[in-house]
Amino acid sequence: MSAPPVMVAMSGGVDSSVAAALLLAEGSEVVGVTLRLWGGESDSGCCAVSDVDDARRVCDALGIEHHVFNLGDDFDRHVVAPYVSAHAAGLTPNPCIECNRHVKFDRLLDRTRALGFERLATGHHARVVVRPDGTRRIARPADPAKDQSYVLHMLGQDQLSGLELPIGDLTKDEVRQRATSLGLRTAGKPDSQDVCFITREHGRGDFLSRRIPLTPGRVVDATGTEVGRVDAIELVTVGQRRGMELAGAAAPRYAIAVDMPTATVTVGNADDLLVDATPVGGFSWADGPVTGPVLAQVSAHGAAVEAQLVADSVRWSSPHRRVAPGQSVVFYEGEEVLGGAVAT
Amino acid sequence: MLPWLAEHPGNPSGSHRLAREARRAIDDARDAVAALIDADPGDVVFTSGGTEADNLAVDGVLGARGGVAVCGATEHPAVLDPVRLSGGVVVPTDVGGRIDLGALVDALDAIADVRLVSVMAANNETGVVNPVPEVAALVAEHAPEALVHTDAVQATAWLDLSDACRGAHLVSITGHKFGGPKGAGALVLRGGATVAPMLRGGGQERERRSGTQNVPAIVGLGMAATLVTADREATAARVGALRDRLEAGLLSAVPTARRTVPDDVPRTPGIAHVCFPGIESEALLFLLERDGISASAASSCASGAQEPSHVLAAMGVDRDDAVGSLRLSLGHATTDAEVDHALAAVPAAVAHLLEHTR
Repeated sequence: MSAPPVMVAMSGGVDSSVAAALLLAEGSEVVGVTLRLWGGESDSGCCAVSDVDDARRVCDALGIEHHVFNLGDDFDRHVVAPYVSAHAAGLTPNPCIECNRHVKFDRLLDRTRALGFERLATGHHARVVVRPDGTRRIARPADPAKDQSYVLHMLGQDQLSGLELPIGDLTKDEVRQRATSLGLRTAGKPDSQDVCFITREHGRGDFLSRRIPLTPGRVVDATGTEVGRVDAIELVTVGQRRGMELAGAAAPRYAIAVDMPTATVTVGNADDLLVDATPVGGFSWADGPVTGPVLAQVSAHGAAVEAQLVADSVRWSSPHRRVAPGQSVVFYEGEEVLGGAVAT
Repeated sequence: MLPWLAEHPGNPSGSHRLAREARRAIDDARDAVAALIDADPGDVVFTSGGTEADNLAVDGVLGARGGVAVCGATEHPAVLDPVRLSGGVVVPTDVGGRIDLGALVDALDAIADVRLVSVMAANNETGVVNPVPEVAALVAEHAPEALVHTDAVQATAWLDLSDACRGAHLVSITGHKFGGPKGAGALVLRGGATVAPMLRGGGQERERRSGTQNVPAIVGLGMAATLVTADREATAARVGALRDRLEAGLLSAVPTARRTVPDDVPRTPGIAHVCFPGIESEALLFLLERDGISASAASSCASGAQEPSHVLAAMGVDRDDAVGSLRLSLGHATTDAEVDHALAAVPAAVAHLLEHTR
């Protein structure tokens, strides 16, 4: 008996190509879908017409249907606009997380189910594990260097049911080997990078400057003495070291706070960057709230470290670098994702 | 067409026997296309299709005469884009999707140097028919220096072009919209209209479109032009009745559905256009395809994604309604049984989506 039909979200990259091939090899009915999300210029490997072409041609080679869904309005509303307003408010947003939260695992998932597919698959490097009580969690993949469990932390039980991550058990090298042995044209395609709607050529500053006014700011030290200038306070992230025109500083200095009303960045040394706790809000959970000891990770490829989750605070077991407000803090138990929150 | 792919290799620009055969074949096609539009054979410029014909009309007239181009808001992008790029003026439409004649006159009176007015004979998304002869009369009165172009691509299969395009100096057609092959179309220049060429080279098509002609496709275009006139009226009546039954059936099966085009607006018979509020046509098209029905909504962009329709937007159709719009095309070969199938499949798919969409 074959498994129920599955819709595979195909970006045109090698991971989702192999995901579709693996599901097909299981004997499932597989349909590929590529999301058209961003109508503006892009060169990072998402949504470009050539990527849609790659996805379609991979589907042709596999002998499966390929469709394109235009979720551009949702992407503008739930990803791009919040990204811009977060920067305007001095936060450091993660648009890939918001895309997963509001577009891929909300709008696409809804449509997938409305079209009669019980299962949705993606080419993320992560695993879905079923626990003894039947609940599901996202877990780290076979390839730690490509781990995408961080950006999938917001998935709850409803979204996890029927979610397939077929390449989670493979390393990236193994994915590429499969693609090569299957003769898939995406086998050697470079990984997509960065934010899909920001071009490498023009960058974040250019993108934001077309949408919001960028404010020049002062850089001060702990005593309030001006030690430098920045062109755009909206582009400064807590923890950053470069780009602040700091003259004559002996030791490396880091942004430790950004105050939007006065357009002021406070810098300090590496010790000033460390905190005992990080305030968070906007929790999401795989299966209900968790408190107490967790492993907490503050960036997609950072290390998870021991902490206590107490109310709206992540209390680090040993001093931790400041987390830029707007960044997600993801909570793990061992290899499994419990949920996440946003640094405030 | 087939002999011209397989057996006759001649290039119509040559002078030997093989070339003369090819030349005769495309000149026969030229006669047939001219007859379709009440034109002289020498007026016919073969192109690669409707887009090239439209581009040549806009850019070619402006290139030859200068001045400003004016067009309607529901024109095909092949007209709209060159008009906009040239700094031209886009005139709004009424709620029925026809060009607003009052607004057109205002534009003609306000702009001193209008040299081209382009108004499509029938719209490619909705089938709405514009009063081209009336437009031509208004242009003659208010902007006598201007030429009138009409994109008759969507109209050719259904309307007598000598009536529907009366007064137009330039007419675009394309083969695949009336039974011919893709890749062959024509711009017909009447009344001594001239265009500056976009393609320069060997001087084919009387210096108006250089490049070796696509002989097999042009032969097919000519054949289609001959065949379409033979039974156009009867076909239009029969397909129109099927379309009316299809739309009426959809409206009665889905209580919230509405006709996109108001009842009293003249349309070509080949398009049923209905809006289903509360659903997304992308999802509907997916389900219909699985049920053997190939339909469209608005238009597809290069990626194949559905794009919001500029035609429905220009008609003032609410965005939520436009998101749930469905365009079912009918042709001369469409059968009663196919309409029955659509009348079963579409309401079922709509009901499914209404039930399963949050």
